Amino acid sequence: MASDTERRNLPPLELYVPEPKFRPGDEADFSDIQVPPAGETRRPDTAADHGEMPDLAYGLVRVLDDEGKAVGPWDPKLDPETLRKMLRAMALTRAYDQRMFRAQRQGKTSFYMKCTGEEAVAIAATFALDRDDMCFPSYRQQGILIARDWSLVDMMNQVYSNKKDRLMGRQLPIMYSTKQGSFFSISGNLATQYPQAVGWAMASAAKGDTRIAATWTGEGSSAEGDFHSACIFAAVYQAPVIMNVVNNQWAISSFSGFAGGDETTFAARAVGYGIAGLRVDGNDALAVYAATQWAAERARTNKGPTLIEHFTYRAEGHSTSDDPSQYRSADEAAEWPLGDPIARLKNHLIALGEWDEDRQAEMDGECAEQVKTAAKQAEKNGILGHGLHQPLETMFEQVFEEMPWHLKEQMQDMLDENEAANNVAKTR
Amino acid sequence: MSRDDNATTQRNMIQAINSAMDVAMERDDNVCVFGEDVGYYGGVFRATAGLQEKYGKTRSFDTPINECGIIGVAVGMAAYGMRPVAEIQFADYIYPGLDQLVSEAARLRYRSAGEFTAPLTIRTPFGGGIFGGQTHSQSPESIFTHICGVKTVIPSTPYDAKGLLIAAIEDPDPVVFFEPKRIYNGPFDGHYDTPVEPWSKHPASDVPDGHYVIPLGKANVLREGSAVTMLCYGTMVHVTMAAVEQLGIDAEVIDLRSLLPLDIETIEESIRKTGRCVVVHEATRTSGFGAELAALVQERCFYHLEAPIQRVTGYDTPYPHSLEWAYFPGPVRLRLAIERVMEDVSGEV
Repeated sequence: MASDTERRNLPPLELYVPEPKFRPGDEADFSDIQVPPAGETRRPDTAADHGEMPDLAYGLVRVLDDEGKAVGPWDPKLDPETLRKMLRAMALTRAYDQRMFRAQRQGKTSFYMKCTGEEAVAIAATFALDRDDMCFPSYRQQGILIARDWSLVDMMNQVYSNKKDRLMGRQLPIMYSTKQGSFFSISGNLATQYPQAVGWAMASAAKGDTRIAATWTGEGSSAEGDFHSACIFAAVYQAPVIMNVVNNQWAISSFSGFAGGDETTFAARAVGYGIAGLRVDGNDALAVYAATQWAAERARTNKGPTLIEHFTYRAEGHSTSDDPSQYRSADEAAEWPLGDPIARLKNHLIALGEWDEDRQAEMDGECAEQVKTAAKQAEKNGILGHGLHQPLETMFEQVFEEMPWHLKEQMQDMLDENEAANNVAKTR
Repeated sequence: MSRDDNATTQRNMIQAINSAMDVAMERDDNVCVFGEDVGYYGGVFRATAGLQEKYGKTRSFDTPINECGIIGVAVGMAAYGMRPVAEIQFADYIYPGLDQLVSEAARLRYRSAGEFTAPLTIRTPFGGGIFGGQTHSQSPESIFTHICGVKTVIPSTPYDAKGLLIAAIEDPDPVVFFEPKRIYNGPFDGHYDTPVEPWSKHPASDVPDGHYVIPLGKANVLREGSAVTMLCYGTMVHVTMAAVEQLGIDAEVIDLRSLLPLDIETIEESIRKTGRCVVVHEATRTSGFGAELAALVQERCFYHLEAPIQRVTGYDTPYPHSLEWAYFPGPVRLRLAIERVMEDVSGEV
């Protein structure tokens, strides 16, 4: 055998560790990113076999061109009213993020995560789904709730963990959950929602329901085993599910190369699993809408799952606990070749003659006011750290449907402790 | 189809488990069963045999070899409103799916304040004594009792297996149902070189055909006695019973049946009567469920105890293939522990 002799003359092996293209102090230059012209990518029939479309996993579905015109076969041809609603939901989400970010800085809550630059990913997709399709989001899809006209006060109550928080102050801020809003409880353990969405979709199919499931994860979390488990199950059972990978380039400080993004696209993973895969301009609301609509139609007609990679950019830090200036070039967001999703949709409406800068400014003002009013209302219900908002007993409730003896005993211990501390906390 | 609820049939533990799923599936079309080899073939231990034929392949189906997917999908199905019963082929394989169980299923009700729940059942054969080596013999039950929001159930007879499994499937919370595979075909007294008596010779194999439940959290006092309380579950119930009979000791033997919720009342009552306690399990000792039992008994019954609580367990090693009978807590280890616990304070037996 070749290795039977001692290897003294062989060159030593080297471990390759990927590096992002730019670090702090570098000038960002994205000229190497292939951005195909809008309208160029073909649109197969929704009934087409996944095997006929591997090219779409390596391309980039784009609808809005540089002049703000909608072009090509993916143009969803939405009426101006829908476009304006979508624009408003995106603007409202940005205003909401700004307000809540500031609230965290003011010490009103522990933590916040903005979705700035990624608003189209959640909102345009939600517009293409039905209201009762079950969404299994990650933590940057607050736009789903806002697109579904969910109460901002209710969302803020959760962020503040106050007495009106529907989750009883048990979840980190931004980990919303509402069954009525078809918005599944967010987990901090990443990508766990992926197989759950597939299971929900399988159940819907098994019961002969018409609702489908959609799920989102970051490109970083797509390295988790759960992502791959979900792909296997989705493919094997042809589950009516849309699996979105939000490739915003950064998983906290790790660039997409650490999730395998240097070697191939995230959409291309679909090819290996036998799933339809689309790579989409995630800053193009019409492209996101069109791709979701296409995938939803496949799912609803028993053509199986679709994996959609949304190629986008995380314009802000990972969270309020993160300082992106420590690990990436300062001008990346400004240099991002796909622009800002809100500006692009706004320009489209202007190009259609259905919108103008004054109306945009007016709408932005209204959104800021709406958010401000909601925040004041939510703050009346309390903010995090200002006392214990929930009765102490709630800590032990809903671990199980019925409280077993050991929890009852521990609850009594806690109540005794509270009494010994002169009943400082609220109890039932 | 209606059944004569009074009719019984002699069943081994596998057949009883099969009947439990059959009854549950017949009563509620939200119940579905799946796992590796579960559908067409009916499971490597045959626990799901005939269910696909009877209920169709959307309610009984095979899955990829992917425990994370099996349990994750079960969480999603349960959140939808179904009652999934997932099989993990051997308890040793549950670890790739552990996060979906402990971080997701277990906490879904709590973190969504009751809006989403995960009423799923994970069935999994566990325990050694079948020459399964270190990858087919483990007893990981204590891991699940340490998780908030999961119930842990372990039957020891065909009758209990059916009643407990139906209760688990109907339970609104996630349940891990450990099946002691060494006693699938018959009770085992710990003497590995004597032939196993089939369940058909045991009264607990007389299993009702219809629906019945054994409530989770109710222990079974198998043998009343006044000298010592033996706390055990699963295969070790039979080993303990045999050891006690053989020693001719007046022991009270309690089959816990479910570790969480735990029947603390029955345990306390017994210890107050006997003043001595031996806890028996096949799982490794350190941080095993025996430690929890010993702590509970000490906290609650210290002034009734006449001797230190004894633990009879497997060793803190992986399950050794060729030495499994030296690892297994058999009659001699039990006898030595009982002798220790029966010593009086002066150290004399």
